[in-house]
Formats: sequence, C-alpha cells, structure tokens
Amino acid sequence: MKKSWLMGCITILIFGLAFILPASAQNATQNIPQTKITLLNVSYDPTRELYQAFNKAFADNWLTKTGNTVEINQSHGGSGKQARAVIDGLEADVVTLALAYDIDSIANLTDLIPKDWQKRLLHNSAPYTSTIVFLVRKGNPKNIKDWDDLAKHGVSVITPNPKTSGGARWNYLAAWGYALKKFGNEENKVKEFVSEIYKNVPVLDSGARGSTTTFVERKIGDVLIAWENEAYLVVNQLGKGEYEIVMPSMSILAEPSVALVDKNVDRHGTREVAKAYLEYLYSEAGQEIAAKNYYRPRLESVMAKYASKFQKVELITIDEVFGGWANAQKTHFADKGTFDQIYQVK
Amino acid sequence: MGARTEPKIIQYLLIFLALAFFSLFIVLPLVCVFHNALAKGWSIYLTTLQDKDAISAMKLTMITALVAVPLNLVFGVVASWAIAKFDFRGKNFLLTLIDLPLSVSPVIAGLIFILLFGAQGLLGPWLMAHNIKIVFAMPAVILVTIFVTFPIVARELIPIMKSQGNEEEEAAITLGASGWKTFWLVSVPNIRWGILYGIILCNARAMGEFGAVSVVSGHIRGLTNTLPLHVEILYNEYQSVAAFAAASILALLAIFTLIAKSIVETVIVRKSI
Repeated sequence: MKKSWLMGCITILIFGLAFILPASAQNATQNIPQTKITLLNVSYDPTRELYQAFNKAFADNWLTKTGNTVEINQSHGGSGKQARAVIDGLEADVVTLALAYDIDSIANLTDLIPKDWQKRLLHNSAPYTSTIVFLVRKGNPKNIKDWDDLAKHGVSVITPNPKTSGGARWNYLAAWGYALKKFGNEENKVKEFVSEIYKNVPVLDSGARGSTTTFVERKIGDVLIAWENEAYLVVNQLGKGEYEIVMPSMSILAEPSVALVDKNVDRHGTREVAKAYLEYLYSEAGQEIAAKNYYRPRLESVMAKYASKFQKVELITIDEVFGGWANAQKTHFADKGTFDQIYQVK
Repeated sequence: MGARTEPKIIQYLLIFLALAFFSLFIVLPLVCVFHNALAKGWSIYLTTLQDKDAISAMKLTMITALVAVPLNLVFGVVASWAIAKFDFRGKNFLLTLIDLPLSVSPVIAGLIFILLFGAQGLLGPWLMAHNIKIVFAMPAVILVTIFVTFPIVARELIPIMKSQGNEEEEAAITLGASGWKTFWLVSVPNIRWGILYGIILCNARAMGEFGAVSVVSGHIRGLTNTLPLHVEILYNEYQSVAAFAAASILALLAIFTLIAKSIVETVIVRKSI
C-alpha cells in the first residue's frame, strides 16, 4: 500500500526532527559571543560550602586584578561518579576531587589531563588536606574513643560504600592502617578487625553526603566515620550541641587533589584563568577560606592561626603505608579486593 | 444497589482500610512536603523560590517540557494513526519499539545517551570536533526526556483510535476528501480529548523525570539542573526548607495535572455517552 510507505517516511522524519531540533538550538546559543568568562569546577560532595565561599573570593580577586568578570559554575557528586562524568564529556575546566586516584582515572582513560598532573602543583596537587574523624551523638553514649570501639559488638557504624565514594575509601584505609599497626602486619588479624567494623554497618550509602544524612537526619547509627570538615559542618551548623567529634589515636592524611583539565581549558580558551583559580587555592586568602571551612591548610602561617580547630593526631599517608593510590585501589577496592572479601563473609 | 450481601462491618472495614492506606501513602507525604516547605514561614518559602539556581532549574524544566511534549504529541498522533488505521509490514515491531522506553529503566535510558553522545561514545569524537555539545548540557536533558515520555501519547491514542474503527474515514474518502483533509477533519476531532489527556500525562512525566536526567545532566547548578535534581541537591546541602519548597512546586504541578486530568476524564465520559 502506498499509504503505509508514506507513514514510514513521516515516522522517520519525526524521529529525525526530535534529534536535530535540540542540537541546533544549542548551536545557535553557542554562537552568541560571550561577554564574561565562565569556568566549570567539577568537585566532590562535601566541598559545596568551601567552593561557594572560594568562588566568590576568587571572582572578586580576578576582577580587581584583570578587570574581567569570571563566573564559576559548580557540579558536585560522589568523587568517582564525577570523574566518570568528566571522562564521558562533562567539560570541566578544573577538577577538585576527593582523591588522586579519580584524577588518575581521567588521565589514564582520556588525553584530557597529562599523566604527570600531580607534579604540576605543590604538595602533590593537594592545596588543603583533611583527615578522618568520628562523629558521635551528644555525651558519647557508647563511649567511642578509638578504632577498637567500632569493632565492638552492638555498636552501629555509618560509613559510605568504598566502591563508589572517595571518602569511604579514606575511612576504610584509615581503619586498615590502624589495624596494621595494632597487629603488627598480621594480614589475617587485620582483615578480621576491619571485617568486624563493617559487620557493624547497617547502611552503606553511595556517597559521604548520603551517610551524613543517614546519621543526622534519619538518626541511624552510633558513630559516623566522616571527613573532618564534614564532621565540623554537622557539629557547628546542623545540630549545635547534639553531636561531638572524637579524634581517634591514629588517622590518615587525606589529600583531596585538584587539576587543570588541559584539553578543556584549551578548547574554552580559559587556561589562564583556570590556572590562576587553582593557584589561588594555595594563596594566603585561599588557604584562609579552606581553614574556615575546616580543611587543614598547607600554609604554616594560616595553620598556626587556626591551630585550635585542628587537633594534632598521628597521620599515616597513602604513599607510606599502602604504596600509593594505584596499589591501594588494586589491593582493596578492585573486584575481589579485600573489601569484597570481608564484605561477603557476612 | 440492593445486591450487596456483605455484612455492614466488612463494608466499613474495607472502606476504612482503603482510606487508611490512601492517607498513609498519599495524603500524609504530601502534607509533609508542604509542612516542611513552610516550616520557617511564608516569607522564607518565597525567598528560597526566588533563588537564582531555583529559577534556572524551573526554567530548564519548563523548556524541557515545552520541547518534549509537542514533539511527542506529533509523534504520538502520527504513530497511533498509522498503527490503528493501517496495516503494514513491521507494525508489531513498531509497536514494540514505541513501548521500549516504558520497559527500560530510566537510568539505562540515560546511559544509552552517554554511550551514544558521550566523549567516549559512538558519536562523541565527531560531535566534539564540530563543537556540538549534547551530553551534560541542555540537549541531552531534553533528549532523554523525549525518550522516556516517548510512548505516553501514542499509548493513550492507539486504543481510542482502534475502538473507533475506520468507517468514518472510509466514508470521508468515498465522498472525495483527500487523505490530509480526512485526517484533520475526521480522525483528529474524534480523538481530541484523548490527545489532551496524553499531553497532560506526558507533561507530568517530562517535568518530574529524575533518573535518566540525572545521568546526563552533569549537575551544573544554574545550568543543567532540572527541578527534581535541584530538590536532591538542596536536600543534600541540608537546606531542607529550600528543598521542600522546590519539591512543593513539583507537588503543586502534579496536583494541578491531576485536576486537569480528571476534568478531561469527565468530559470524555460525557462525550462518549
């Protein structure tokens, strides 16, 4: 029948239109000359407050220095998920993620970032650091003091899933590092110890923010293993007087890394401003903002000023104890890694 | 009416159960949304809605619906006309294809577009070379919305058109009307209420879609966040008033949609009698 042939054509036409229309609409908007520079910072979950303050300070600074306005757009999410989005084409000018491994994945899977990115900025490209602490409910009813208390029977521990969350991997490795020291490198006992902790976890959220929400808003669990900055945020802003921070005897030096996404800044013509943006993180003003948002600053002068905020604690590093992120990832979080082994023994 | 044989107690029990279920699962959560949204008073509620990012989220949601709904309407009418009124080879295949978006999880729908248009995807390098942005930008948000709402209008119209049969069209053509004229003057008027109903449902889904949009949006606030994504972001930032305020807009939209839908339904029933 002639009619049916016609119908087929129309249907195909509609399909085609559905694809072409939005695409060309986007093209049209792109041709409008841009009067102000925009940067896209793709970051991980708990840095929302930090970058809100930092972006404003940087934009002001850039305006007085160069006379140009710069607008910084933010995207937040689980660190691994964000890295994946950049790999799939989210056009970040800079990435500020939870751990070097996620930026390594971008460098390994694409040619957006050179493989030696970590050497391009001071301090392993981590302008601020953090550590892992415990957050407990007021009065510390379960008397939680150290990692041993998390492995005890009857204690409910909240931590996100290390498969998807950057923060969770730091948590896991901190516990592992503590056990290594305690049992003098006896692999089986270490595994047993960490496994006891994870047996106490009732919900494994996919990101650090999700875990905090579980602990604070849904009131589940006796202790939250959290980023220091996240714990302070809860104590000072969410539930004044309802929570306490407990610093374990030993924790891990978390180095959230930042990097310029070379291919993207060259496409956007934003290399200069993006580079200045990252360098501003290392400046006195940038370090001050980091410290105010409970990230440990690198600059001695700023650290001295905020010393009362950051308790001194023995910190292990990924490089010393685990031989770098690539190794830690392979041994602990890859398929059939230690996390899979202990989480299945349930 | 006199045919009821159950004892009164069972009747009341059943009514009570239905009402309890209804209030527990629908009314209570809805009240909760508005209660939380207004927890700090009307003025705060209104200020949170005037936030720059909230407004851009509403705008994006509107634009998405404005593009997706008309396109799916045209497609839905044409497709259901073809399927209900004509016989052709591959008809069943077309039917299955139309249903596909309903049977695929929205997350997969989003990933399909990443695999197709993403930087590592099939068309990614070509798009990149021609400076066309699709994923993590507005086009992808609109595309996935079109994808997930694809079957709604057609699904609504096919049964109506099938039940009406071909007699009226055949009569029109015998009397010398062209195919085009027949379509506009005979087929379309017969299904106009069905079309309206389809539009309302399609619009509701287009505005509320979360999963698929979440995968392709890139979550850039002020740029690629739709209203449902904005709600999640605000909630994760512990701004529960703002989150519920944005959620209340979605809830209001849903309620409005339902009211419009029931009005249309009563009209349909009246017309068909």
